[in-house]
Amino acid sequence: MEAIAVQELSKLYPTRDGSVHALQQISFSVSEGEFVAVVGPSGCGKSTLLKILAGILPPSKGEARLRGTPITGPRRDIGVVFQSPVLLPWRCVLDNVLLPVDVQRLGRDRHQKVAMDLLSLVGLEGFERRYPWELSGGMQQRVAITRALIHNPAMLLMDEPFGALDAMTREQMNLELQRIWLERKKTVLFITHSIAEAVFLADRVFVMTPRPGRIMDDVPIDLARPRNLDIMNTPAFGEYVKRIRVQFQAKGDLDA
Amino acid sequence: MMRLPDFALRLLLVAVILLAWEGAVHLFDIPAFMLPAPSSIVLALWNGIASSLYIEHLGVTLSETLLGFVFGSIVALVLGTLIALSRRTEYFLYPFIVMFQAMPKVALAPLIIVWFGLGLTSKVAQAALTAFFPLMVNTIAGLRSADEDRVALMRSLDATEWQILTMLRAPTAMPFIMAGFEIAMVLSLIGAIVAEFVGAQKGLGMLIMGMTFTMDVAGQFSVLLILSLLGLLLNSLIVYIRKRLLFWDPAQKAAAAPVEGGTL
Repeated sequence: MEAIAVQELSKLYPTRDGSVHALQQISFSVSEGEFVAVVGPSGCGKSTLLKILAGILPPSKGEARLRGTPITGPRRDIGVVFQSPVLLPWRCVLDNVLLPVDVQRLGRDRHQKVAMDLLSLVGLEGFERRYPWELSGGMQQRVAITRALIHNPAMLLMDEPFGALDAMTREQMNLELQRIWLERKKTVLFITHSIAEAVFLADRVFVMTPRPGRIMDDVPIDLARPRNLDIMNTPAFGEYVKRIRVQFQAKGDLDA
Repeated sequence: MMRLPDFALRLLLVAVILLAWEGAVHLFDIPAFMLPAPSSIVLALWNGIASSLYIEHLGVTLSETLLGFVFGSIVALVLGTLIALSRRTEYFLYPFIVMFQAMPKVALAPLIIVWFGLGLTSKVAQAALTAFFPLMVNTIAGLRSADEDRVALMRSLDATEWQILTMLRAPTAMPFIMAGFEIAMVLSLIGAIVAEFVGAQKGLGMLIMGMTFTMDVAGQFSVLLILSLLGLLLNSLIVYIRKRLLFWDPAQKAAAAPVEGGTL
């Protein structure tokens, strides 16, 4: 069974001068346990795609299925990580991680231990009682990832989760995300505007173009795991990056 | 942290002004019904407290203020929540809100006395009426100020509207509501005093009115002093609670909450 199956999905936003096609007849599928990155310039509808899959935005046309069932609203078998950490400042780290448990009434007692294990998995041991404002940006995003994992979802949807971090922290987070993924084997849909990040992390990279948002290419990344940062200097890595970049340059969409 | 010399200078300034005041009253022979000397104000204060006259009336005004604050706050929180959650409620209540907002609430005092009599009820009603409006406005603004990303997060977790209200919107609104409480407390005291001016059997406001008729200006000053201290105490109480409750709000550390509307 496919983890994600999207069929002819379109999303139109009405504006003052007609409607804008954020997504136009997108079709793709993602297998269980696969790590897929969606790369594209801003405004190509990648966030729209993620919101539709998360069930918080209805599509205009077409259908999206998660593990065989059509998406009709928010679901409890997915975890979402947004561009900003979106932590609640009045909750300490542990309580922020347990937010999905509270909302879905899964039982705090049973999940306390899970939360502690996850926090040590992301390197936040000893920070359970700290408050979000006491943490760096990278640490906050780790809390957000932990929160997305707490209810053991089959799938992670990530919307440019490291976009706001500095380059060094970002590479560190990429390594950690790979480690977590190798350990937990979730299906991941990872949205980014960094080609290198997409190639480094993913099994497959979808290349999206804007106005209208379409998937132009589907690039399988055949690099051994676990990958380390040095892999970025190999010719094979460079080839993948080049193949993707060329498509943007042809359209004049990306200055990278 | 204030340096000791500055603090001493500040005390000295107060002392100098009081002494100058005392001296001027004696030197220029200012009649006591115009401006009493600080010494006679202190004496009036002492006599008032010693005879437990002030204590009794203070108790009355304090209970009027607190009861008015509680009732006004309940109405403000309930109405504010209803309006914040439903644009339709807001649409139908809007004309009343606009009218009520423009009206000086203390102008209702004579009517309130006619409706509720000279006792405690009319003072509580007036205090509640004066206090509730700014708190309601703050409640509405606060409940509507939840960050879009946070709402999206809650929705993605399959939260119900009720959960979004209790787990996200209400905590987000707390800084607004606490600032509203601060204003409401000041306004309830004003409401209670004004209602006592218009017609009462007990209370510090009534005492001030009585002293006007006997030209006991020193007495009036001494009651004003008590009222200032009462206002200060009530305000400090709210500020204390606010700081304990909103430890997570960065705005709390930056500056004192904006207090407005404390002049009517």
